[in-house]
Amino acid sequence: MKPYIANTVKDIKDMLQAIGVATIDDLFKDIQPQQRPSSFNLPEGQSEFEVIQFFREIADHNRTHLIPFIGGGFYDHYIPAPVFSLISRGELSTAYTPYQPECSQGTLQALYEYQSLMCALTGMEVSNASLYDGGTALYEATMMALRITKRKKVLMDGGVSPIYRKIIQSYTRNLNYEFIQTPVVHGHSDRDAIQKLIDEDTAAIILQNPNFFGTIDDHSDIVNMAHAKGVLVIQSVYPIALGLVKTPGEMGVDIVTGEGQSLGLPLNFGGPYLGFMTTKKKYVRKMPGRVVGKTVDQSARRCFVNTLQTREQHIRREKATSNICTNVALCAVQSSIFMSLLGKEGLKQLAQLNLDKAEYCRQLLEGIKGVEVKRSSPTFNEFTIRLPSDSNRICEEMIEEGFAPGIPLDRYYPDTANYMLVAVTEKRTRTEIEQYVSLLKHIIEKQK
Amino acid sequence: MELIFEKSVAGRRGYLLPKTDVPVSASIPEQFQRKRDCPFPEVTELDVVRHFTRLSHLNYSVDTHFYPLGSCTMKYNPKFTEQVAAMPQFCEVHPILPQLKNGELLTQGALFVLYEMDKLLSEITGMDAFTMQPLAGAHGELTGVMIMAAYHKAQKNKKKYIIVPDAAHGTNPATAAIAGYETISVKSNATGVIDIDQLKQCINDDVAGLMLTCPNTHGIFNMDIDKITKMVHDVDGLMYYDGANLNAILGRCRPGDIGFDIVHVNLHKTFATPHGGGGPGSGPVGVCEKLAPYLPISRICKRDNDTYFLNYDYPQSIGYIASFYGNFGIVLRAYAYILQLGKEGLMAISDHSVLNANYLREQLKKYYHLPYDRICMHECVFSAVEQAQRGVHAIDIAKFLIDHDLHPPTVYFPLTVKEALMIEPTESESKETLDLFVDKMIQADELSRSNPASFHDRPKTTCISRPDEVKAAREINTNYFAEEKPDD
Repeated sequence: MKPYIANTVKDIKDMLQAIGVATIDDLFKDIQPQQRPSSFNLPEGQSEFEVIQFFREIADHNRTHLIPFIGGGFYDHYIPAPVFSLISRGELSTAYTPYQPECSQGTLQALYEYQSLMCALTGMEVSNASLYDGGTALYEATMMALRITKRKKVLMDGGVSPIYRKIIQSYTRNLNYEFIQTPVVHGHSDRDAIQKLIDEDTAAIILQNPNFFGTIDDHSDIVNMAHAKGVLVIQSVYPIALGLVKTPGEMGVDIVTGEGQSLGLPLNFGGPYLGFMTTKKKYVRKMPGRVVGKTVDQSARRCFVNTLQTREQHIRREKATSNICTNVALCAVQSSIFMSLLGKEGLKQLAQLNLDKAEYCRQLLEGIKGVEVKRSSPTFNEFTIRLPSDSNRICEEMIEEGFAPGIPLDRYYPDTANYMLVAVTEKRTRTEIEQYVSLLKHIIEKQK
Repeated sequence: MELIFEKSVAGRRGYLLPKTDVPVSASIPEQFQRKRDCPFPEVTELDVVRHFTRLSHLNYSVDTHFYPLGSCTMKYNPKFTEQVAAMPQFCEVHPILPQLKNGELLTQGALFVLYEMDKLLSEITGMDAFTMQPLAGAHGELTGVMIMAAYHKAQKNKKKYIIVPDAAHGTNPATAAIAGYETISVKSNATGVIDIDQLKQCINDDVAGLMLTCPNTHGIFNMDIDKITKMVHDVDGLMYYDGANLNAILGRCRPGDIGFDIVHVNLHKTFATPHGGGGPGSGPVGVCEKLAPYLPISRICKRDNDTYFLNYDYPQSIGYIASFYGNFGIVLRAYAYILQLGKEGLMAISDHSVLNANYLREQLKKYYHLPYDRICMHECVFSAVEQAQRGVHAIDIAKFLIDHDLHPPTVYFPLTVKEALMIEPTESESKETLDLFVDKMIQADELSRSNPASFHDRPKTTCISRPDEVKAAREINTNYFAEEKPDD
């Protein structure tokens, strides 16, 4: 017997007889001898116990004891226990895309609730049922804006995650669009530069709030500038910040995307994550991805279905709004469980805790001679500091002492060798923050 | 069932946050503040647990039901792989960690997994190098077509078209289009595979490549594949293998050996990671040697001292296609599955998925029209045209099956078969389950003769029946708060 296969010797014999062939090999006759594998050199199978033991060893090669002050769009938040126990239910995890609504109401209603929660969080009217991750969601939003406006030029704020900017660049390299990056001044989008560049040929301006440097902005004025020229505004957001920060809806933004990892998903070394997208109702038919809609059944009972499928690849093929099929439905449901547990007050408190802890860390860092904390604009739970020497070297020393201290910025921006991005979530205790700051102080003093 | 919002009572809490332990209380300047509270539901932990548990009861799933959804490979998903993915040393690693100076040494375990999967998938498919970055099958397709475009650009080839058979998944033409190509659709012939004569007429120097599933969506392995490969390669086109149906040929045939240049693999199909109600999936892409320089960055490489590192030094790379290294948690599960099964176990997958599909095909062909009456691979496609003449359509048969505790096959796909019923039993299912399914399908056929009208109010056993899809699309409502406006 082989793992996970039920057919016995007798079953095989009976089935082959029913089919009218002598051996299983006879079923593969369409594959001709010259097409057989030139090699299939794979290891022998192992028992579950042996495989688990193997992974225990491999897992120990990851050093996860470091106390993280790293963010960059991906954050170490606490995940309450019911999130994992509910998401492990096979009825949710081993179903597929709800093509048959009668036997998929669980997934469909959960996704409708997810869409509603995301609309509430971002202050927008409609949501899709998820995209892959924050970066690909921003790319999809860009393509959506290009489709809606039928224009060719896109402005991209310098405060948009450099990771996301690289993704968009890869996807659009062979397409006939023009991307212009606008500068960041004192942590904020440069209004004058945007005013000069934005015109009737511009499809969209892409912004991020808080931006990659951690600063919070109110983009309402940029929205007005853009709308005056028929330009759409796309904003990438950090969901936890929206517990306190002005929503894209309140600013009049047209398309909102973001990374939903912070809503109850582990860091997972980069995935699976949760790309989300919300927009205005008037653009719903231009939106990519699955959308769950409310309707009634033949007995007038409320129910939910995949809707607006004529936008999608399985119906529209080469004219679809996107090629996306499998998205991250289970991650969306996972985030719904998290948001439902958090509730209205919990969301505010969580955001406040992040804000307070980051502020405490900032204040302590300001007390270190040689460290400059960027103060020109408000921040949420992440901020930029300037160190007296190369941040990569300081980072290396901090790691040796048990801290993942932040992200040196020169990986993404030229001439920023001494800068570092520091994130402080609700999970960092006062003691950890104080240890972090005194260690940094010690390392800097030692260098002098 | 009530929505979670309808269970909300002001003042209830599902999760209590820790009290602050820092001696500051900060605030955001008013201009930047949210004006209206976010109307998340106010419910207890029990409310949430009961709500989602009860929602889960409204689903059919592999864990609870036979789920022969053609083209989706709904096989059993072993539980121990969940345990591997949940190990904190894997799931708590921040993806930026290895990008810090010497940071890769902190994540050697994770990098090892990605490196080993590259090697294993290369051996399984006969390719030379893989990327784990694509986050789903269609994302893999896009990555593959971008690699195709980068290759042609480097060769100074002016290419405009990608050829796609009419039986292909919708993602193929959609991918070609968003990558900037025009698609040429080629018809299937009477034997259910791409029509060689029509293909010949479409092939010219402007063809960038051809996207093919093999076996195709009719469940047929294309015996002309060597000819097709040659035709495409003769105009310096590339052969793209859509790995959606890889489950049929493990150890029997490798795309790389039969001339494919680019392959994507759906880990959530062949390698048994849970489908999640529509993801997360994972769609690694493999290429032949000449295309390896174009793979996305970063790539995972091994040093002489046996440590692993992220290599960004590929000037011809198509660049970043995802934020990090793919859906690591999914890759990890698939790796555990491959290690457990090993060579013999993987070959057994194909043997038994093909055996099961042929058994169903043989048992049902007396009752349902079989457009391509021949040995099939891992799935077979029937047509309910005869039942439809009696007023019972593929969708009605699907609803009948739901009432008998079976998830229906894929219906109305592939588009090449009228009233299509596309059945993929997978290797996981027992003969008893297959026999039960056959019984119910025969009953449906009998009922289509004796009482066709009885189908129309089915399903009767589920919480809802036959939703009004036109209303859903016309009076679009995707958001509870847009309609009800509970509090201000």
